[in-house]
Amino acid sequence: MEQRENIIELKHITKTFEDGFHAVEDFNLEVKRGEFVTFLGPSGCGKTTTLRMIAGFDIPSEGEILLNGKPITNLPPNKRPINTVFQRYALFPHMNIFENIAFGLKQKKISKDIIEKKVKKVLELVDLEGFEKRKVSTLSGGQQQRVAIARAVVNEPEILLLDEPLGALDLKMRKEMQLELKAMHKELGITFIYVTHDQEEALTMSDKIVVMSEGKTQQIGTPEDIYNEPKNAFVADFIGDSNIFNGIMTGQLKARFCGGEFDCVDDVEEGTHITAVVRPEDVILTAPQEGTIKGVVTSVIFKGMHYEITVTSGKNEMVIQSVKSAKPGDPVGIRVEPDNIHIMIAEDHTNIFAVEINKNHRLEYNDTVLDTSLTKIIKGSKRTESGTLVDAAGEEIDPAKVKVMAAIGPNDIKMTDHQDEGLIQGYISNLIYKGDHYSYVIHTELGQDFVVNDEYLWNMDDQVGLIMPVEKMTFSVKR
Amino acid sequence: MGKISFSRKSLGIPYALFLVLFVVAPLFVLIYYAFTNGQGQLTLANLTGFFANPNTLGTLCYSFAVSVTTTAVCLLLAYPTAYILAKSRLKAKSVIVMIFIMPMWINFSLRITALKEILTLIEGNLAYYPFANAVIGMTYDFLPFMILPIYNTIVKLDEPLLEAARDLGASEAEAFLKITLPLSVPGIVSGIAMVFLPAMTNYVVLDMLYNSTYIMGSLIGSYFAAYNWNGGSMIALILLVIICLFTLLTRGAEEEENPRGGALL
Amino acid sequence: MMKKAWKGLVIVFVLLFLYLPILVLAVYSFTDATQIGAIRGFSLHNYVTLLTTPELRDMIVGTLLLAASSAVLATVLGTMGAIGSFYSGKKVSSAISTMNQVPVVNADVVTGFSVCILLVVVLGISKDTFVPLIIGHVTLCAPFVFLSVIPKLKQMDSSIYEAALDLGATPAAALRKVVLPQIFPGIVSGFALAITLSLDDYFVATYTKPATFDTISTYVVNATKGSQTTIKTALWALSTVIFLVVILFVALMNLQANKETSERAEV
Repeated sequence: MEQRENIIELKHITKTFEDGFHAVEDFNLEVKRGEFVTFLGPSGCGKTTTLRMIAGFDIPSEGEILLNGKPITNLPPNKRPINTVFQRYALFPHMNIFENIAFGLKQKKISKDIIEKKVKKVLELVDLEGFEKRKVSTLSGGQQQRVAIARAVVNEPEILLLDEPLGALDLKMRKEMQLELKAMHKELGITFIYVTHDQEEALTMSDKIVVMSEGKTQQIGTPEDIYNEPKNAFVADFIGDSNIFNGIMTGQLKARFCGGEFDCVDDVEEGTHITAVVRPEDVILTAPQEGTIKGVVTSVIFKGMHYEITVTSGKNEMVIQSVKSAKPGDPVGIRVEPDNIHIMIAEDHTNIFAVEINKNHRLEYNDTVLDTSLTKIIKGSKRTESGTLVDAAGEEIDPAKVKVMAAIGPNDIKMTDHQDEGLIQGYISNLIYKGDHYSYVIHTELGQDFVVNDEYLWNMDDQVGLIMPVEKMTFSVKR
Repeated sequence: MGKISFSRKSLGIPYALFLVLFVVAPLFVLIYYAFTNGQGQLTLANLTGFFANPNTLGTLCYSFAVSVTTTAVCLLLAYPTAYILAKSRLKAKSVIVMIFIMPMWINFSLRITALKEILTLIEGNLAYYPFANAVIGMTYDFLPFMILPIYNTIVKLDEPLLEAARDLGASEAEAFLKITLPLSVPGIVSGIAMVFLPAMTNYVVLDMLYNSTYIMGSLIGSYFAAYNWNGGSMIALILLVIICLFTLLTRGAEEEENPRGGALL
Repeated sequence: MMKKAWKGLVIVFVLLFLYLPILVLAVYSFTDATQIGAIRGFSLHNYVTLLTTPELRDMIVGTLLLAASSAVLATVLGTMGAIGSFYSGKKVSSAISTMNQVPVVNADVVTGFSVCILLVVVLGISKDTFVPLIIGHVTLCAPFVFLSVIPKLKQMDSSIYEAALDLGATPAAALRKVVLPQIFPGIVSGFALAITLSLDDYFVATYTKPATFDTISTYVVNATKGSQTTIKTALWALSTVIFLVVILFVALMNLQANKETSERAEV
């Protein structure tokens, strides 16, 4: 068989469940033979659904999965050369260890003595020699985990899927198993696809990490790439602890954020809005006058290996890991080495949404008339005496043929508890602290996400109304 | 998911068909017969007949009286028994509980025969005390059905809960009244459901003891014996309505205790 | 909260109430008395009558055969129904469990009467075919099988079915080799429940059985009304035999349970 470099490819995979929930949207991935790939993200980000589609338990709504270049999108799981290590092991409780491990081989009608040899060998691999006759219930969590791995690996799958396999183990056991799994991956040479929400686990084990959020890929890269060069605020926030600030480029290799001007190494054009990421371990505490910015220590927590110190500077807050302690109330200075500042061009958070022209030729959004002059938006149009709108040629404008888009910045929207006062209502689906304010994503009833900045802390899932002044909106027309 | 789950789902088809044919369809037939006469003409005569006839109405009231008394007596006997068993520190608790449940597995007609012999020895002619004997017979038949659910709820009660109540200053009696009793309500309710309805309908018990006195169930029996399907259907329908009302009532009480219990249905 | 003596008294009273009639009858079954109270000599003639009277033998064998066949049918149907309903969508599964609930809460008189009306009166199926009787008993028992299998399905780790598919088993094989063994205890207790329900039933049988056929219940009910004393006292023997069988069964179950707990304790 021709050896392709990519063992599995996922092309434009989308999964929408019967209740309309979009678990995965336009997911694309290529995995090389023998790679250790990790899907990383918070719960509900679609990582397990993606894994289940590769295993064959779920069928994608759209898109294609290729194994060795051949489509397997609709192939049932029992026909795929792929095996899974389940989250809670899913060992068959009524079978002993031997029968559990031999299950897959028996399905393939392999002869008894070969099965026995293979089971013996794989038990050695997972360090459970002589456990053949034991019952599942007599094994510890760690041992059950090993049996689950053995049961999958013994079938010599082309790909091994692992769905949060270490989630049920205690911390010490987890660390041990991480190393063992990594060693096993090397020894077997099988492609591993691993799902976890534990970023440390992902960073330790993987060749390649796929960071996911809300069904979408946020970044694909090596652990180093993802840690050092996060592509967006979500990745920076999710991977490791980070201080994230909004800022602006003030000159050649100079960025202003957190109330100070820092030297940096990312060459971004002056005047660009940026997001700056600084890891807590990269912040250096100095005497007040020696720092790029000055601040006051507000809290100190001893964490065993280091102190976690929070410093407030003006409206901004910065978390610092330091081996030296400090006292709350101490005035300090803060400095960061230029190559420890990661600059990202700020995502354009301007909210753009479609508005409608109603029967009366007025602009309307969410059944509310927007008090603005349509004739100024549609160039050359005039309003007739009867109230209808005509174009420059005097022809009546067909509302269905004109599409008007509105845009409003995240700072121009206000959230309110009095939902009726808002132009539209929704709930807070995401929030990130940006140093001196919070950046919220509000998922509206019309299914659109709005980005709103607010200096106060609101709760996740709060139902809010969005007050959007018409005078802060800009409109554009598409025909 | 389509292809994978198909074979599992379709396993339910035979049983669903069975239920539709032999559980749902008979109910519709029952309704049809209840509202027609022997010639197949629509009529309310069966219904009005039931409520106009002092005999049938009397039977309904008598039935209620027997049922309520039986349920009360069962509860009075079963609750202390279940409580003592659940709280005992005996090792072989489950065996002892078995002893109280075991009569359920002996054919009821044989047990009633035994009871009849004993009662006859004591009372002479059983027909002298029809009401008392009806209650004794029903209690004898259904008592295990009241003990089991109450025992099950009390035995699952968290001991720390009571300790907490004592710790917070409740006396033993207060702890029982404010913690154990309210928390054993689901068991009491399902025990009542297991006793009340059969006590209204299980007329053979009375039939065997002294060959007389009607309860609701016996009306169906006598219509059946007379091949009066329409009259019998109306009685069955009235019983069904009572059962439905009763089930809704008890389920409401159970739901308050355990909101997920009702969600299963 | 209750004094010890009171506790003892309650227990003894309830036990006496439940067992005295059966025990007295058991004692008298070994005498040649025709009535309780009269003291007579030891005799096994009731047991001889029980075993030698063809009428009694046929009725016992018939009851057992009816219980076995309707329990098997009810177990197959109820188990399949439970699996199908468990893996179906919300609407289908709640429709099935609602229908399933009807015979459970319904009075046996109503169940028996309505099955009789449909099958015998409307469809004209003769009672002599045993079809109405068997269908009646399956209607009575299958819902309880369903109810004892469903919790086992819910307790089962849902991913073991997927694990079997993942390891190459076809859906049918996964069901047979993995799901079925997991829910087997539920199927067994459902089957046992079906047997007891069928053995104990009087109402469904009276409304659907052939005129010449009797179950223990229908036979005993008629016999108590009659005045045939040899049959009456032979039934005391039957009651004693059933009592002993139940005791034996409970003892065996306890032994089994003890064995399992001690096995677990060793581990």
